[in-house]
Amino acid sequence: MTWVTRTALWAGLGFLYAPILVLIAYSFNASPLVTVWGGVSTRWYGVLLSDAQLMAAAWVSFKVAVLASLIATSLGTLAALALERHGRFRGRTMFTGLILGPIVMPEVMIGLSLLLMFIGIGLDRGLITLIIAHATFCTGFVAVVVAARLRGLDRSLDEAAADLGAGPWRVLTTITLPLLAPAVAAGGLLAFSLSLDDLVIASFVSGPGSTTLPMRLYSQVRLGVNPEINAASTLLIGFVSAAVLLASWLTARRGPR
Amino acid sequence: MSDASAPRLRLQDLTKDFGTHRAVDAVTLDLEPGEFFCLLGPSGCGKSTLLRLIAGFEAPSAGHVRLGETDLTAMPPHRRPVNMMFQSYALFPHMSVAGNVGYGLKGLSRAATAARVAELLRLVRLDGFGARRPETLSGGQRQRVALARALAREPGLLLLDEPLGALDRGLREETQGELRALQRRLGTAFVVVTHDPEEAMMLADRIGVMEGGRLVQVGKPDALYRRPANRFVAGLLGDVNLIPGRVGPEGPGGIRTVRTAHGEVRGVAEGALAEGAAVAVAVRPEDLAFVDDGLPVVVADATFLGDRVRRTLRLPDGAILRASGRPGDSGVSPGSETRVGFAPDAAVILPA
Repeated sequence: MTWVTRTALWAGLGFLYAPILVLIAYSFNASPLVTVWGGVSTRWYGVLLSDAQLMAAAWVSFKVAVLASLIATSLGTLAALALERHGRFRGRTMFTGLILGPIVMPEVMIGLSLLLMFIGIGLDRGLITLIIAHATFCTGFVAVVVAARLRGLDRSLDEAAADLGAGPWRVLTTITLPLLAPAVAAGGLLAFSLSLDDLVIASFVSGPGSTTLPMRLYSQVRLGVNPEINAASTLLIGFVSAAVLLASWLTARRGPR
Repeated sequence: MSDASAPRLRLQDLTKDFGTHRAVDAVTLDLEPGEFFCLLGPSGCGKSTLLRLIAGFEAPSAGHVRLGETDLTAMPPHRRPVNMMFQSYALFPHMSVAGNVGYGLKGLSRAATAARVAELLRLVRLDGFGARRPETLSGGQRQRVALARALAREPGLLLLDEPLGALDRGLREETQGELRALQRRLGTAFVVVTHDPEEAMMLADRIGVMEGGRLVQVGKPDALYRRPANRFVAGLLGDVNLIPGRVGPEGPGGIRTVRTAHGEVRGVAEGALAEGAAVAVAVRPEDLAFVDDGLPVVVADATFLGDRVRRTLRLPDGAILRASGRPGDSGVSPGSETRVGFAPDAAVILPA
């Protein structure tokens, strides 16, 4: 590596991560003033844990993320199986586009359209609508991750199982899904972290009593930043990074040949 | 050994189109019970597609697949009493060797399954390998696991797609012998797809040669070698000289005269050929002999190969003939002029 590429690398990483590092550093600040360093302390983590409102929001976020990612993982895996293993059925190209649409569509639009639909069918906004909304926008991501793995999987493995007398259900449960498991898990973790840090869509579809952690943080910041927010953000970053790292490790693991 | 009451495979006008491409074209074939049958042809000739039609992974565009009295045509693969060994072996990477071999054994008790798996592993000389993972095995061992797995359900017919294609040369020859012996012992009918003519001749009771989706000739290896139906089959099964000419009138015993640019020769014509039609006389190099009244040639080159001598002969118009003879029958060294001929029943007259 020459000094040019080395400099470029560190400049790039610095640009991306310096703000986050500053935030993490200040979450250990002893001083109640956000911009004044007063020594190292973990007191704001203590304050955070005794903040009932914030903890309630975190609990809501966690419940929504778990359930939404479970739904998105099931639907996304099914979509990937249909796309990759169902042959060239009529409307396949359109179906692919429709599955991937929510990935590129502006979140404001997804949020607004879901809100209009929930009002239209008379569903009261709350946990249920949050879970449905998050499952909707995460399904496409899961489908992409699982489909990529499925493409690399030797089709003759499924055929060999069928040849040995296994019906479609047994082939799916004993051959296809076990070999897909790492990708399914990676897709699920990706969905979990996407759901956990979503603010825009949640703002549209959540109701009273179902405020998520990002919403809570955002509304507190508008009243002024305090060190407790830094601590909460640091924990959120930790959760999401762990999920994403685990997901990419599962995806990168050498697949079966 | 082969059971005369075993159901036999019958293919009837089997056709498969992929879009506008006809991969398999009206194939009709009856297999003998307990027969070792090779489908031989270059890549893209439709032999693998034909195998997949029999296994049920492809649905035919027309025609029928029958096993005995049962019509398999509309039956999904998992219900067909036919098993297949895949070219890639398709061993399940998340299961042990025993898990792979026992996958198709359903409805047996745990002990019975274990006993059957052990028996199958012994059959392919892999005793004690049951707990291993496929990725820890060598290529030859994987091939034998795939074979044991495909035999587990005692299929009425075993399909093998290039079973030896992934093995290196020495191992392949050894395995050919084993496969042949195993098939004799089990009496199960085998259908093997291969692109290697030598392998087909070594393994098969009968060979079916495919070209462009069609089954162009079916017969015993020596019949195919001696009496090829067309130039393609003649060239596929070994070195052959093709001498162009025009065919004369029909004669006794199917022997007809062909006028070539260098004189008349005689050969066997099996199909109907109109007098005066353009033909090629196919003669194997080992059937060419030096005679007093044959085609005039110049010996261009001679190569000593131990058990035989290969000679390159040039006809007056520059065309090349290849002859193969015993080292002792010399007297013809490079540069000398001589004449070659062949017995009429050693030559086949083919449509040009």
